[in-house]
Amino acid sequence: MKTVNQKAWFFVLPVLVLVAFNALIPMMTVVNYSVQETFGNNIFLWEGLTWFQQLLTEERFYKALGRQFMFTGLILVIEVPLGIAIALSMPRQGIWVPVCLVLMALPMLIPWNVVGAMWNIFTLPDIGLLGYFLNNVLGINYDMTQDPIAAWVTIITMDVWHWTSLVVLLAYAGLVSIPDAYYQAAKIDGASNWSVFRFIQLPKMKPVLTIAILLRFMDSFNIYTEPFVLTGGGPGNSTTLLSIDLVKRALGQFDLGPAAAMSLIYFAITLLVSWLFYTLMTKDDLN
Amino acid sequence: MQKRSIVPIIYILFLLLPIYWLVAMSFKTTNEILGGFSLFPQTFTLENYKVIFTDPTWYWGYINSISYVTLNTVISITVALPAAYAFSRYRFLGDKQLFFWLLTNRMAPAAVFALPFFQLYSAVGLFDTYLAVALAHCLFNIPLSVWILEGFMAGVPKELDETAYVDGYSFPRFFATIFIPSIKAGVGVAAFFCFMFSWVELLLAKTLTAVAAKPIAAIMTKTASSAGYELGLLAAAGTLTIIPGAIVIYFVRNYIAKGFAMGRV
Repeated sequence: MKTVNQKAWFFVLPVLVLVAFNALIPMMTVVNYSVQETFGNNIFLWEGLTWFQQLLTEERFYKALGRQFMFTGLILVIEVPLGIAIALSMPRQGIWVPVCLVLMALPMLIPWNVVGAMWNIFTLPDIGLLGYFLNNVLGINYDMTQDPIAAWVTIITMDVWHWTSLVVLLAYAGLVSIPDAYYQAAKIDGASNWSVFRFIQLPKMKPVLTIAILLRFMDSFNIYTEPFVLTGGGPGNSTTLLSIDLVKRALGQFDLGPAAAMSLIYFAITLLVSWLFYTLMTKDDLN
Repeated sequence: MQKRSIVPIIYILFLLLPIYWLVAMSFKTTNEILGGFSLFPQTFTLENYKVIFTDPTWYWGYINSISYVTLNTVISITVALPAAYAFSRYRFLGDKQLFFWLLTNRMAPAAVFALPFFQLYSAVGLFDTYLAVALAHCLFNIPLSVWILEGFMAGVPKELDETAYVDGYSFPRFFATIFIPSIKAGVGVAAFFCFMFSWVELLLAKTLTAVAAKPIAAIMTKTASSAGYELGLLAAAGTLTIIPGAIVIYFVRNYIAKGFAMGRV
């Protein structure tokens, strides 16, 4: 039982100040831009909700949003089951556990633009290992700078390579926390592998899987650097995800107003989906 | 048991292939790379690494990156420790709302914040310093540290605190000499995640620096466009960015999986 103590606020204060400095001031700047027109030289004109209306009636925005949802949906559908499957087949103890964990965590520790550059080198049709293998050994015509489908397969594969380990680590953490007694009881009852998974392992993994899916959703929905370095949003606009489109507007075209309006809508969508998912996943626990 | 270990093995091979290609590329000469496909370096060379270790614009990139990452880790953990203690031990006005608000900061796309961050840190005169990047990365590292540390602290029984006060310990002395040592695994895990997310983030780090604090990963991008097609050099620089992470993860290998599992949902 926790005691009520309002002085605890003093302990939280440094965190509050630092995060507020980084979160609130930039957020207010964005809100400020989103309702104004700028012509440079710090001249601003009040525009009201014009940018929001313009954006929400624009095909370009919906297309980028659609691609973003497709990307996030695809990587979740692949990474979550794959991560669980790998975690289930990992050894529970012994010297191979740390070896597996260190090797699996390696991709997550590589700077994001290096990840993009690395996959670029890896998939070059003439001198990349994967590109060369696909084109010259398997005879598949693969060139992601020309073919939108190849570009999509490549960014999805890159993300699976980059982040499946996060799901593995979390699912594995959930698995090792299950006491042996549960398995013994299941064995006595003659439970099949599937029912052990369905009624013991999956429920026990639920809290960590919630974190895993939430983190993967937030990070993949905001992904920018890796696909930008790898494909630059091309060929054409086929891999221009929401964040790439946003940066194009803000820094490329310097349309600060529309870009700011887009940022706010973007943030609101991320927040809404995360909140819905979080509420759905934790609803059963409350009842 | 033996049969199913094939799955992790295939997965790890899949993870290592692109890394192998990067490392192999870094030992090749530019001529060999452009000359055509070769599975192993034919003319093994250390020339690419020599360039990086002798050219200040290259090796300063590493020093810059490691400096702001370390600074960020220290700041994040220092402020997160008392906050996590407050969340794990006390109820106070607005505690739940505050906790959720902290977590929402992970949801804001860095792309959204890039330009306002640039203006904010220019306005307070911190642009192009280690401190600017370290403070900016606090946006996502502090919430994560609070979250992880709170999970570990909740696992320490409250009797520990009470016994210490009965024994006449003051709060700061109890916190520093008894409490923190009892959750040092949690501190290790939180520090690891701070290090990791600060090390891999580039968009903000690049936006907030020009020359003096420019991270290595940004120097790579610049070199890639200005020096033409020097793939070998890029591959060597990329390979070197993997090493710090690999060293850090080796130290926390036994705690890493536990870290997230103990965070509350």
